[in-house]
Amino acid sequence: MTRLRRFSTFLLPLFGAFALSACGINSVPTAEEEAKAKWADVQAQYQRRSNLVGNLVATVKAAGKQEQDTLVQVTEARAKATSVQVNAEDLSDPAKVAQFQAAQAQLSQGLGRLLASVEAYPDLKSNENFLQLQSQLEGTENRIAVAIRDYNGAVQAYNTRIRTFPDAIGAKIIHGAKPMAPFQATTPGAEEAPKVDFGS
Amino acid sequence: MLSSPFGLRLSKAPFFRWGGVSTGLLRTALSGLFLLLLALASTAWAQDFPKFDDKGVVDAANLLDPAQEQALSQTLIAQKQASGRSLVVATIADLQGYDIADYGYRLGRAWGIGDKDSNGALLIIAPNDRKVRIEVGYGLEGVLTDALSSQIIRNAITPRFKAGDMPGGIAAGVDQITALLALPPEEAKARAAAAETEARAADRGGSAILGLWPILFIILFIAMRLMSRGTGGGGGKRYRRGGSSMPIILWGPGAGGSGWGSGGGSSWGGGGGFGGGGGFSGGGSFGGGGASGDW
Repeated sequence: MTRLRRFSTFLLPLFGAFALSACGINSVPTAEEEAKAKWADVQAQYQRRSNLVGNLVATVKAAGKQEQDTLVQVTEARAKATSVQVNAEDLSDPAKVAQFQAAQAQLSQGLGRLLASVEAYPDLKSNENFLQLQSQLEGTENRIAVAIRDYNGAVQAYNTRIRTFPDAIGAKIIHGAKPMAPFQATTPGAEEAPKVDFGS
Repeated sequence: MLSSPFGLRLSKAPFFRWGGVSTGLLRTALSGLFLLLLALASTAWAQDFPKFDDKGVVDAANLLDPAQEQALSQTLIAQKQASGRSLVVATIADLQGYDIADYGYRLGRAWGIGDKDSNGALLIIAPNDRKVRIEVGYGLEGVLTDALSSQIIRNAITPRFKAGDMPGGIAAGVDQITALLALPPEEAKARAAAAETEARAADRGGSAILGLWPILFIILFIAMRLMSRGTGGGGGKRYRRGGSSMPIILWGPGAGGSGWGSGGGSSWGGGGGFGGGGGFSGGGSFGGGGASGDW
C-alpha cells in the first residue's frame, strides 16, 4: 500500500513526463521539419546553380565560341531542371525525389561537357569573368554536396526515429509518419544492376 | 546494464532499491531516455582532425617556425578582436583521402569556427596534396564570396606557394582576407555584389532537447514538494536520501556525459567560446562556401 502511494506520488509524474517526451509527440515533427528545412537548402543550392548557368552560357557565347550544340544542351537541361521541383510534402515519395535528381544530373552532365570544351580555348580560360563564374560554380557544387549530405543525414535521423522505440509509438499512432526518401546523387542508370549475359 | 552515468547511478542509488517491477520499469524508461538523448547529441563526425587550441593557427603540417606561428597567431587574434569575425589558419599534413573542400567544411564544423551566426572562415593549406582552400562559414558567404576567395587564392597565395614561399603565401592570404573581414557589412556586401548577391541564412535546429529539461525540473520540483509533505517518522530518512540523489541523476548527462558538447557543438550552434586564446570557436557552421586552388 505504502509502496503504491510512493509510486503514485513520486514516480507517476516522472513517468508521465518520460512517457510524453519519449514517445515522439514532439521529437517526430521536429525531426521532420529539420529534414524539410534541409531539403529547402538542397533546392536553394540547385536554384543558385541554375542561375549561374545562365551567366556561364552568356559568357561563353559572348566569347564567340562555336560550341552551339553543348550550349543548347545545357540551356535545355537547365530549363528542364528548373521545371522539376519537389514540395516538402512529397519527400516521402521516392519517385518524385528521383525525378528531381535525374533532371539535375542531366544538367550536371551538360555543364561538365561545357566546361571541358572550354579547356580548348586558352583566352576564355584566362578571362577574369569566366574564372569568377567557374569559382562560383565550383563553390555551388560544393554547397550542393554539403546540402545533400545534410539532408540525407536529417532523413536518416528522421527515418530511424519513426521506426525505433519509443518514438515509433507516437509516430505511428499520432502522426502517421511516413519515411522520407534520401537523395542519391548518382548518374542516371547507376542504380540498375548491369545485365550479365554469359551466352547460351 | 548500460555503462552510462544513468546506469551507474541507478544501480547505486538506494532510493530505487524497492526491487520488482517499478525499478525495472524505471530503468527501462530512463535508459530509453538516455539513448534518445544520445541519439540527438551524436552528430559528431567519426573523423580525426588536429586539435584546435584556440590560438588561431593550427600548424599540423609544420610549415611555420615558432616565431612565424606566434606572429600569425597574434595577427589573427587582433583581427578577431577588431572585426568580431573568426579567421583561422590550418595546415593539414594528411587530408585522409578527402577532397580539400569536403575536408574543409567538416573541419570547420568540427572546430565550430565562428560565432553562432557562423561568422567564421578557415584558410586551409595541405602541402602534401598541394592544395589550398578558403572555407567560408554561412555567415560570411556574402562577404568572402566564392569569387573573391578564388581571386585571393589565385593572385595572392598560389604564386608565392609556387615559388616555395609557404609562410609568405599564408601571410599574404591572411592579409587579404583580413582586409575583407574588416570592412563594415554594407561595404563588404557592396564589394561582393560585383560577384554575386545572394546570402543565405544558416538554419540551426536543436532547441527541442533544451526544452525538455525545464519540464523535468518542474516535475522534480513538484515531486520533491509532495515528498517533503509526506515525510514523517521512519520513512523520512529514506526519502531524503532519495531526494538528494535525484538531482544528480538529472544533472548527470550534463556533468558527466562529455559526449554532449564535444564534437557535436557545431551542429548545436551557440556553443559559446571556450575562453582563453582568441575565442575563435563558438559553434559556427559551414556549408561548402569558399574556393579551392592548387599549385
